Amino acid sequence: MIVGTLSKITGPVVVADGMTGTKMYDVVRVGDAGLMGEVIRLEGELATIQVYEDTSGLLIGEPVESTEGPLKLELGPGLLSSIYDGIQRPLPVIAEDTGSDFIARGTVASALDRKKLWEYTPVAEVGQQVSAGDVIGTTPEGATVLHRIMVPPSVKGTIAKMAPAGSYTIDEVMAVLEDGTEIKMSQWWPVRYGRPYKRKLDPTTPFMTGMRILDTFFPVALGGNAIIPGGFGTGKTVTQQSLAKWADVDIIVYVGCGERGNEMTEVLAEFPELDDPRTGHKLMDRTVLVANTSNMPVAAREASIYTGVTLAEYYRDMGYSVAMMADSTSRWGEALREVSGRLEEMPGEEGYPAYLATRLASFYERSGRCEALGDGDRVGSVTMVGAVSPPGGDMSEPMTQNSLRVTGAFWALDTSLAHRRHFPAISWTKSYTLYLGQVQDWFETEVADDWRAVRERAMFILQKETELQEIVQLVGPDALPETEKIILEVARMIREDFLQQFAFDAVDAYCPPQKSYWILKTILAFNDGATQAMSRGVSLRQVLQMPARDEISTLKTTPHDEALERMPELVQEISEQISGIEVL
Amino acid sequence: MTAEATLDRSLLSTEYRTLTYVTGPLIFVENVHHVAYNEMVAVLMPDGSERSGQVLEVSGTTAVIQVFEGTQGIDIDITRVRFLEEVAKIDVAPELLGRILNGTGRPIDGGAPIMPEKRLDITGSPINPYRRAQPADFIETGISAIDGLNTLVRGQKLPIFSGSGLPANELAAQIIRQARVKSGEEFAIVFGAMGITHREAAYFMNQFESTGALERVVFFLNLADDPTVERLLTPKCALTVAEYLAFEKDLQVLVILSDMTNYCEALREVSTAREEVPGRRGYPGYMYTDLSTIYERAGRIKGQKGSVTQLPILTMPDDDITHPIPDLTGYITEGQIVLSRHLHRRGVFPPIDVLPCLSRLMNLGIGEDKTRDDHRAVANQLYAAYAQGRDLRRLVAIVGEEALSDTDRRYLHFADEFERQIIGQGDVGRSIEETLGIGWELMSGLPLGELKRVRDFIDQYHPTAATEKAAETGDL
Repeated sequence: MIVGTLSKITGPVVVADGMTGTKMYDVVRVGDAGLMGEVIRLEGELATIQVYEDTSGLLIGEPVESTEGPLKLELGPGLLSSIYDGIQRPLPVIAEDTGSDFIARGTVASALDRKKLWEYTPVAEVGQQVSAGDVIGTTPEGATVLHRIMVPPSVKGTIAKMAPAGSYTIDEVMAVLEDGTEIKMSQWWPVRYGRPYKRKLDPTTPFMTGMRILDTFFPVALGGNAIIPGGFGTGKTVTQQSLAKWADVDIIVYVGCGERGNEMTEVLAEFPELDDPRTGHKLMDRTVLVANTSNMPVAAREASIYTGVTLAEYYRDMGYSVAMMADSTSRWGEALREVSGRLEEMPGEEGYPAYLATRLASFYERSGRCEALGDGDRVGSVTMVGAVSPPGGDMSEPMTQNSLRVTGAFWALDTSLAHRRHFPAISWTKSYTLYLGQVQDWFETEVADDWRAVRERAMFILQKETELQEIVQLVGPDALPETEKIILEVARMIREDFLQQFAFDAVDAYCPPQKSYWILKTILAFNDGATQAMSRGVSLRQVLQMPARDEISTLKTTPHDEALERMPELVQEISEQISGIEVL
Repeated sequence: MTAEATLDRSLLSTEYRTLTYVTGPLIFVENVHHVAYNEMVAVLMPDGSERSGQVLEVSGTTAVIQVFEGTQGIDIDITRVRFLEEVAKIDVAPELLGRILNGTGRPIDGGAPIMPEKRLDITGSPINPYRRAQPADFIETGISAIDGLNTLVRGQKLPIFSGSGLPANELAAQIIRQARVKSGEEFAIVFGAMGITHREAAYFMNQFESTGALERVVFFLNLADDPTVERLLTPKCALTVAEYLAFEKDLQVLVILSDMTNYCEALREVSTAREEVPGRRGYPGYMYTDLSTIYERAGRIKGQKGSVTQLPILTMPDDDITHPIPDLTGYITEGQIVLSRHLHRRGVFPPIDVLPCLSRLMNLGIGEDKTRDDHRAVANQLYAAYAQGRDLRRLVAIVGEEALSDTDRRYLHFADEFERQIIGQGDVGRSIEETLGIGWELMSGLPLGELKRVRDFIDQYHPTAATEKAAETGDL
């Protein structure tokens, strides 16, 4: 056992002497209180440690004990519907054990419930050759997810003994290999290493979010990654939460990294109440929450996003599609910067460490659609959505720019849209996606042949509007010819009746892709009709008085089935109404 | 409440005469043993007086100490340092209400000494997110721009972003005077003043005295000419008292912190003296974390009656909302109230520029049983219409009002009236019903077809919709 002594304390970073033999990123217990920390620099006998808890009151000379292993998570049944802090300590258990409403230091709590019995069904047999990733049995986790018990990575051999079907705790042995290796329901994995997989696959299925602007204009593929940068008050958190509620995936991992306590409470209060549109059970049944609020220790914040992604990968390996939301990655970057500053490292851009880009790249690369290790050709995916909080809303700062280089979609939030209460405040001029080509096939098969064409036309009208607005700013709207005024009107319809979506409305909160497509199609039908009518001399005023226009504006809040049935008729009616207008 | 740092050492505390280096607010002491991080120290001056300080860093046998009252008069030879073997703490008791304390929590009103009921660590501990209760109670501040458009709820932290010379203090005083919740409970007020002037302090004192609020106020006073570094303790002391009153004495506590800009300046001063790598504009890289340990100490806890609501006030240097202080604050707090120089110049009081304002918890505190069913819709419609009117103003400046359509002209008029009637209410209180009523009155000046966001409520609340519709169909 390696035990050193504290020799320097500066905020969350401490130095211990006499630590020969300890390795980088080993977890240590600091001081008599046993605060958890991680070795981040070695120099002779000195180890520099970032401590996951408040270091006030620590004394020089207190012992520092190495656990001689890196920061690991316990992965097994019982993760879903849990709420953890940044280093996988369950917050409800901490509250119960300490009997306090506040988080005391040095608390130790098991991540998984050790007493709970799980209904286990064996799948493998005695004598069977198994290797990493093979499923030896299953247990239902909550009402909706089947938890597959997998052979841990790096384990291989022939099964000598198998537990029969029955109820077991996670500490009981489920299988013994001929070499004596025991396999339990839970396994451990170091957070800073990606879990292994057979191979990465091309992402081709879209990650459906139910948000019209994202699904239609800037779709992401399952296994892809996107960032949402925006100044404060532009709706990052509301967007992230709506994604968590509605995204069409099997498992959600939601990481609240250095954000507000009351926001986490909102998630905690809402998710257990929300019905899951996919399964009819509660949304919380397939969600894991990692909450490290801004006032919780900074080093644990740094670890929290690795904790999140490791949990996501574990379910991916079972063959599930997982979405991980990180709100906000900027707080993680700042934690890196703070620790780097305490280490007196040479700062890079804006004080961030020079390795920021590398860390970000290796984090985002842990997303992907993968064929899992083991038998059964399981395919799972981890889709990541990272919020970014650029200081002053200035997107040229290092976190945004470095994230942009390694992610596939950019959903830019716009302060001026937020000010006029256009939500989601996602800018259609600045945002982009690189997955369009990969998911186009899916949309054209599942939604409509001309999906891409409709999308491009709507984008074109919005683009044209931006140009025309510049002219209007100079000469006033009256100077525009009628043919251009109609473009402004149609663009306004796209903005108000299509892009704006009310996250708190029962119907509008989620919009299926077919409905999104048809709303656009209807607006474009109006556009075509109007343009055509005006070419035969009908005035703009007459066109705008058409009754169908009002109906278009109510489509988004009309129940989906009703709207889907109505819209093809409406397109027809629009052309009839238009041809019925007489030239005055 | 907090984890006590157990400092298990000999009762004979040692005095050190080993100062080696003094810079800015910091002193370095050599050959010390068993010193704890964040431990408090007493600095015994050559003239026999005593100052207080705190350990910022210990490395081997060297301790770096920040001296709260400043380092003026400290020498290397005679000055001695005594370690107090505890982290910064404050004595708390219910009798603190009605008292005036200095920035570190010592009474300065000449009253009786406080008999402490408890001695609490001022750093506090983070509230376990699992134990937090969701804020849900509407606070009626009597100010339309806040109640109607950016509703404050109990347990929220909502800062006021001000500029030099803007009446943030007057607004805060008005809120203190008028704030009430439906159940009628009064707020206990904890006021943390950091680096404010005598004039400002006197203004608040007069306000409290004239309204009889003084007996429910705990006033922490660090004036502009008081030691800068002392300010670093003031908000922490204030919030420790606030948490104590809220979660142990079941009171509804409203915390006003003014001015957070002075706090951040003090933080930068210490950081610079420590020769740390500076972040944006010379502020330390850990300022976000530091501010969050202040602002996050607001909220409600499951099963507890009390609550802590925060209204910090900060001055945006040069009215720049992207300056690190308002920027980092906005990322932590649940919204912001922004004051505008433009409105102030035009004599509008309170000069709240509603467009950049936000209350993130608004939805939790409004609606049918809390305020009124149409509240959300009215707020959205007023926002959209006002934003449109403001855009048109810019256009009018270029092309003139003649070039506008009739609808646009009505929007323009709406924006003017909105600023005059809704925002510029002056020094009077308004109930939420009055606010919404004025909102509907103003909206009735716009064509019915434009009121898309309140469509569902037009029949019920629109003052003239029935007659307008009738006129349209020619039934009149």
